[in-house]
Amino acid sequence: MSTDLQKDRVPGASQSGGGPTPPAAQVAAEADAPAIGDWLRFRPDGTVEVLAGKVAVGQGIRTSLAQAVAEELRLPLERVRTLLGDTALTPYDMGTVGSRSTPVTAHRLRKVAASARELFAGRAAERWQLDPAGLVVADGSVSHPASGRSVPYYELIEAGERGRLSARWSDDAPLTPPEEWSVAGKSARRPEGHHFVTGSHRYTSDLDRPGMLHGAVLRPPGPGATLVSLDTSAAEELHGVAVVRDGDFVGVVAPTRHAARKALSTLDASWSLPESEERTEQLHVSGSNVFDYLKGHPSGPGGYHRWDGPGVFQVGSLEEGRAAAVGSGPGYEPGHTHEARYTIPYIAHAPLETRAALAEWGADDAGDEGVAGAGEGVGGGIRLTVRTGTQRPFGVRAELATAFGIPEEQVRVIVPDTGSAYGGKHTGEAAVEAARLARGAGRPVKLIWSREEEFTWAYFRPAGLIEVSSAVAAGGTITAWEYHNYNSGPSAIRPPYPVPNQLVVFHTTLSSLRQGSYRALAATANHFARESHMDELAHLLGLDPLEFRLRNLPDGSPEHERLRAVLVAVTERFGWATRRSRQLPGYGYGLACGTEKGSYVATCVEVEVERETGRLRVVRVVEAFECGAIVNPQGLANQVEGAVVQALGGALFERVEFEGGKIESNRFSRYRVPRFGDVPEIEVVLVDRKDLPSAGAGETPIVGPAPALANAIFDACGLRLRDLPLAPTGRLANT
Amino acid sequence: MANEPVELRVNGRAVRVEADEEMSLLTVLREQIDLTGSKYGCAEGECGACTVTLDGTAVRSCITPARAAVGREVLTIEGLGQGGELHPLQQAFLDHEAFQCGYCTPGMIMSALGLLNARPDPGDQDIIAAMQGNICRCGTYRRITAAIRQAADVLLVRSTEATEGTSQAPGAEKAEKATV
Repeated sequence: MSTDLQKDRVPGASQSGGGPTPPAAQVAAEADAPAIGDWLRFRPDGTVEVLAGKVAVGQGIRTSLAQAVAEELRLPLERVRTLLGDTALTPYDMGTVGSRSTPVTAHRLRKVAASARELFAGRAAERWQLDPAGLVVADGSVSHPASGRSVPYYELIEAGERGRLSARWSDDAPLTPPEEWSVAGKSARRPEGHHFVTGSHRYTSDLDRPGMLHGAVLRPPGPGATLVSLDTSAAEELHGVAVVRDGDFVGVVAPTRHAARKALSTLDASWSLPESEERTEQLHVSGSNVFDYLKGHPSGPGGYHRWDGPGVFQVGSLEEGRAAAVGSGPGYEPGHTHEARYTIPYIAHAPLETRAALAEWGADDAGDEGVAGAGEGVGGGIRLTVRTGTQRPFGVRAELATAFGIPEEQVRVIVPDTGSAYGGKHTGEAAVEAARLARGAGRPVKLIWSREEEFTWAYFRPAGLIEVSSAVAAGGTITAWEYHNYNSGPSAIRPPYPVPNQLVVFHTTLSSLRQGSYRALAATANHFARESHMDELAHLLGLDPLEFRLRNLPDGSPEHERLRAVLVAVTERFGWATRRSRQLPGYGYGLACGTEKGSYVATCVEVEVERETGRLRVVRVVEAFECGAIVNPQGLANQVEGAVVQALGGALFERVEFEGGKIESNRFSRYRVPRFGDVPEIEVVLVDRKDLPSAGAGETPIVGPAPALANAIFDACGLRLRDLPLAPTGRLANT
Repeated sequence: MANEPVELRVNGRAVRVEADEEMSLLTVLREQIDLTGSKYGCAEGECGACTVTLDGTAVRSCITPARAAVGREVLTIEGLGQGGELHPLQQAFLDHEAFQCGYCTPGMIMSALGLLNARPDPGDQDIIAAMQGNICRCGTYRRITAAIRQAADVLLVRSTEATEGTSQAPGAEKAEKATV
């Protein structure tokens, strides 16, 4: 038996939004901020500033991190502010990826804040020569009710340590149990909301700096192209325009973005694309035949998945499992093996704010907007400052240092709250390009990618092919499970059902398009295949899809119990049994469930299919979600609803179209994403488990809708769709 | 196609800008008068992030030539709810947390304003029809719809009170001014 396919051993793939798992040295560095003052700054006005290398991309992390600190410091939430994503000011962080902010960063901040609370209580006790047991820590002060004495935290910090409280935080600091939370666990407003609704928040693309120019980059006909010739004469004649050339990199800078893009269009370049057998072959791959290509082109370790292999999980013996396939039902004869193949296309993140960066060289005084006192503690020697929307500020700092051959300490990356990412902004292309332009121009340069650049030069969610073969024993329990995933990725690849005989394999392959992280990574693909397949088995056996799942989640395991709990919660709210017993013609009901990254999800969907036309209407989605103790119910509900809507896009409409090495879905009019008219009734059921640690919630809620939709469509009209997207034009595929 | 000085009225004041024939209103707003609340999202009028109102009607400023706005009243998100008080739409977006990353929010609010100017009491289909061109990749559509309904209710009450001349709510006058 091999257990190599454990998700925590899959570098780069299990981290959602993920990107590469950092090397061990970086993980160590992430924890290497031993002083309380590395994470918290106490202000004379009684406020506290939280420093964290996370970034805000819409997930509301400012609020939930502040709640964690406010809770342990016994402070009202409005007295806690957050300073995020600045490599010069915040502790190292591997990135806002993998649903780690809540379980890792918030948990650490709790300990830091609890350590500070204990420290202040101890100092007050010492100052007053009193037993600490008689002291009360509340509202930002330590007080002694018996004598009426009280002292705010700030006054318990010596003058010499007010820049950085050097006392160490302790991993053993006593945390407030969720049952006793008074700030965390309650819905909290997001402080940045006011700036959003007034238009006053400055995203990277809105920033300005003295002397700033606007840049634009000349794109070659394909990756790896080399520049053969370049005529810049027309551009050079334009007022205020300069052309920057650095090897095969060509760009222009101008006083406005409008002028820069205009100048770009006057450049006359010819390019040479690298010739290789692989490239020639790739020219024949398109969105419709890519799956055969993937299966036919295994790759070794490396690539986006950074798979070290072997990507195999094996338990029991498939032969024995198939020999035990004595289950029976209307569509299932004893001895039967059910085989099916599922496909998942490349899709684009399409964040509404395209990649953008503002770079400036030689700027120690690069300024700080937004947070008072943010400039404190920035050491000298910063040669390059880049503001950019990325999920990995420290990763982008490393990219910049490498690109320009300077030490990381001389590079500062600042991330303004960003116009979304969904796993799509792990890399620093725009940052490096802006820095190149700024170096060539000798001025600060802002670069905003066009929508077409975002659609064609960013990376995509991997396409994948998944083949499943299963067999069922008496009583409706699965006895054999063979599962091959080509290229999607290994996240959530193993079934939550304890099948005694399994072979689960992740196959790395070449990829036709540049691929990378996407919200929940391959957990979406693996749940689509697995939960569709479960539904197929239930129907073959003549079992209710809920009953079939429950039979395969026996008692005795906390994981099974948690999954059962969301299944029960979602089907109760949905009215699963009642609706199925009164099914209307053309209507169908589908169910799916799953777990990933320590959280549990179950989804019910109601659809209506117009039989003659295949027109699909999603009527209602109910999703139950459990991620341990809930920190911010309002924020969590928003995340789950949003994930459901985004999931509808990938399930129903989205597919990157490409042919002959060219991406055809290069704008919103050619790439359909969910809009107002696509949104069904959505109900979210939050299961609060105060007895369990809080897990992340930004990703896992996205995995339920696709299989639940496919299952509902089958229920409505008997058509089994195994290829995403299910209804690219609003009508069912294959109709 | 040279840049020529043009006078526009933006958020109630006259501004002189330079625009050639093809320069979009969005470009002028963002690059010449530093009104960056209107966002770049697609440059083809497909995402709605750049929405402003022209004489009260929602338009995509990325595909509206700046010169087409001459002689008309341009209202951007920055001009809404002036004087320190939020417009009912802005307040409703906050109340419903009708955003995640916030990038689509100004365009959503301005599209909703155009809708409420034309239909003060919109039904579900009116909201979908008016908002279909605005994309929220974070998926907060249902919250936005709820926020629009709330703002419509608030504005209806204010307008009724104003008409009846009874106990005029503070800010009602301002709201009407903003919804030109």
